[in-house]
Amino acid sequence: MSDATGALGADIAPEQAKTPQARVAGAMRGFAQEIGALSAFRLESCIHCGICADACHFYIATEDPQYTPIWKVEPFKQAYKREASPLAPLYRLLGLKREVTADELMKWQHLLFDSCNMCGRCSLICPMGIDVAALIEQARHAMFEAGLAPKELYQKAAHQRSTGQPEASAEPYRDQLLAIGQRFGVEIPLDKSDAEVMLCVPRTDIEHYPSAVAALARVMQHLGVSCTFRSDGLVAENYGYYAGGKSWQREISLRLIEQAIACSANILLVPECGHAYTALRWEAADLYGKPLPFKVRHVTEFLADELEAGRLKLAPAGTGKTTFHDPCQLVRKGGVNDAPRALMKAMGIELNELKNHGGFSFCCGGGGGVLDIERAAPLRYRTMENKLREIDDTGAQTFLTSCSDCRRTFDDAQAHFSWNKAPHSLLELVAKNLSGVGNRT
Amino acid sequence: MDLLGFARGPALKVALAIFCLGVVWRIVGFALLRLRRDHNAPRRGVLAFLTGGLVTVGSRSWPHPEFIARTGAGEALGYSYHIGLFIVVLLFTPHIIFLGSLFGFTWPGLPSSLITVVSVLTLTLFLAVLFRRVTNPVMRMLSNFDDYFSWFITALVLLTGLAATTHIGGPYEKLLAVHILSVDALLIWFPFGKLMHAFYIFPSRAINGALLARKGAVS
Repeated sequence: MSDATGALGADIAPEQAKTPQARVAGAMRGFAQEIGALSAFRLESCIHCGICADACHFYIATEDPQYTPIWKVEPFKQAYKREASPLAPLYRLLGLKREVTADELMKWQHLLFDSCNMCGRCSLICPMGIDVAALIEQARHAMFEAGLAPKELYQKAAHQRSTGQPEASAEPYRDQLLAIGQRFGVEIPLDKSDAEVMLCVPRTDIEHYPSAVAALARVMQHLGVSCTFRSDGLVAENYGYYAGGKSWQREISLRLIEQAIACSANILLVPECGHAYTALRWEAADLYGKPLPFKVRHVTEFLADELEAGRLKLAPAGTGKTTFHDPCQLVRKGGVNDAPRALMKAMGIELNELKNHGGFSFCCGGGGGVLDIERAAPLRYRTMENKLREIDDTGAQTFLTSCSDCRRTFDDAQAHFSWNKAPHSLLELVAKNLSGVGNRT
Repeated sequence: MDLLGFARGPALKVALAIFCLGVVWRIVGFALLRLRRDHNAPRRGVLAFLTGGLVTVGSRSWPHPEFIARTGAGEALGYSYHIGLFIVVLLFTPHIIFLGSLFGFTWPGLPSSLITVVSVLTLTLFLAVLFRRVTNPVMRMLSNFDDYFSWFITALVLLTGLAATTHIGGPYEKLLAVHILSVDALLIWFPFGKLMHAFYIFPSRAINGALLARKGAVS
């Protein structure tokens, strides 16, 4: 088996030090907490056909069997069968399933984090209908409890949990946000006590794409929507989700939930950030323990609704031949398929779809925290080649997406491969082509 | 009691009892685990949830066009031997008579000569899937005792059945006894291994489809 990262084994932060026994105990505890009827059924149903490999861009790019999606949860499948399955007493009595070891878990860090974007494409191919991506997310929770989340994800999650920001910055994000408003000449609504919509922002946009932050504020201002950012709940990303730290994911989500409640928001608007959408739209209420008292909407969904209601009018964008990358977390795992297309159509864009698009789109390669894991870069680049080829094959001059992490991954590929295309934000394109005057009162 | 009497008498009764109890235990064993309530607001309602589940039961029988180039041949091979098995098990007249004694009704069968041809073809496909399992690096890595033993026991039933109907390898009664004993063994093994997928496949697809439909996502 080849190892494209050249780094099998675990790469962990010093604060994650544990004895081997504590790692195994943590992993088993973490996994046991997740075992419900649904995940047990998924684990029971696998027939070892290996078809899921053919949906995974890591396997397709390398033909290395270790990247078979269901193999990525193998230690946990064994642990389930030995400890919790209906036949567990038999397996233990006859010694048919051995205990998982700390060494095994350390090796699996590469498979569960470096080589999985949690994109969910494997969940669409399984003839048994197993949601493999859901199992991988559970296995990540177990790895976190074992102290085996990759150090980059662990440290960012720890920082975000305690400060609200995944990393320290020279200026707090709040001040950077206001500076972006001044720089781009747009009002940044901040810390209003009452607003219809609460906004948050990807730290990727603050650090790399301030024009996207300005675009969000500009569009909301144009529509006349009562909205606000909140200093104590600014960051959309959730590194707890990436790292597999479920309790940390909860704490990070709660920061936003509490702020949305504090300003009586009806909508928590997720900016162009795919995994933030999954974390807030499809997981936050479970972590909160009850339904959220507001709606969670991706910005493209919100704008498509405004378009349909006649409150948003857009001018032709004149982008020429255009293609669009569907962020996995929004489309395949989130169901936001039509909204971006409605916005593009309203700007007169004739879309040249990628060969694999919509729910079947290949991941950019950076999702699931992989972009942050330094040692995963060589493998990530290898898996991206197919995606870049698909984009080139459309012959498009303009390449759009609606997730800033995807955008950053493609920008990184542009630098790495000297690729001749740059990804653009759909939101920014909308902000540039606003037409008429928003008619909200 | 002769071997045939044992095979279709006490051995079959014990095998059927283990089969039934085992299958129930394999299902109840995890169905009793907790089922978390999903508090996240659905994009689509209950109707979409239910239809999404039902549609996926059927649609997942064949790969989406995006996947066919990579998986179509493998899936076709898999379905072919399953179809062969269904024909032999459900449309061979002696089997229909046996199943009729269990369920209380019968249905028309196919001529024995045709069943023999289908059996030979199915056995050939069985060899092909075994060859694929040991030569395909992904399948070889995933495979364990369960995969090989489940293959062996099913192939054995087919082979002994073929021998009994063609009278090759010994006197008919002895061949029939061996065939029924192999069926008994399969029934006993069934709840302990991957043959359980016969019970899991449709609910599993339905759950995946329903949960994705709840989000408004493709399944």
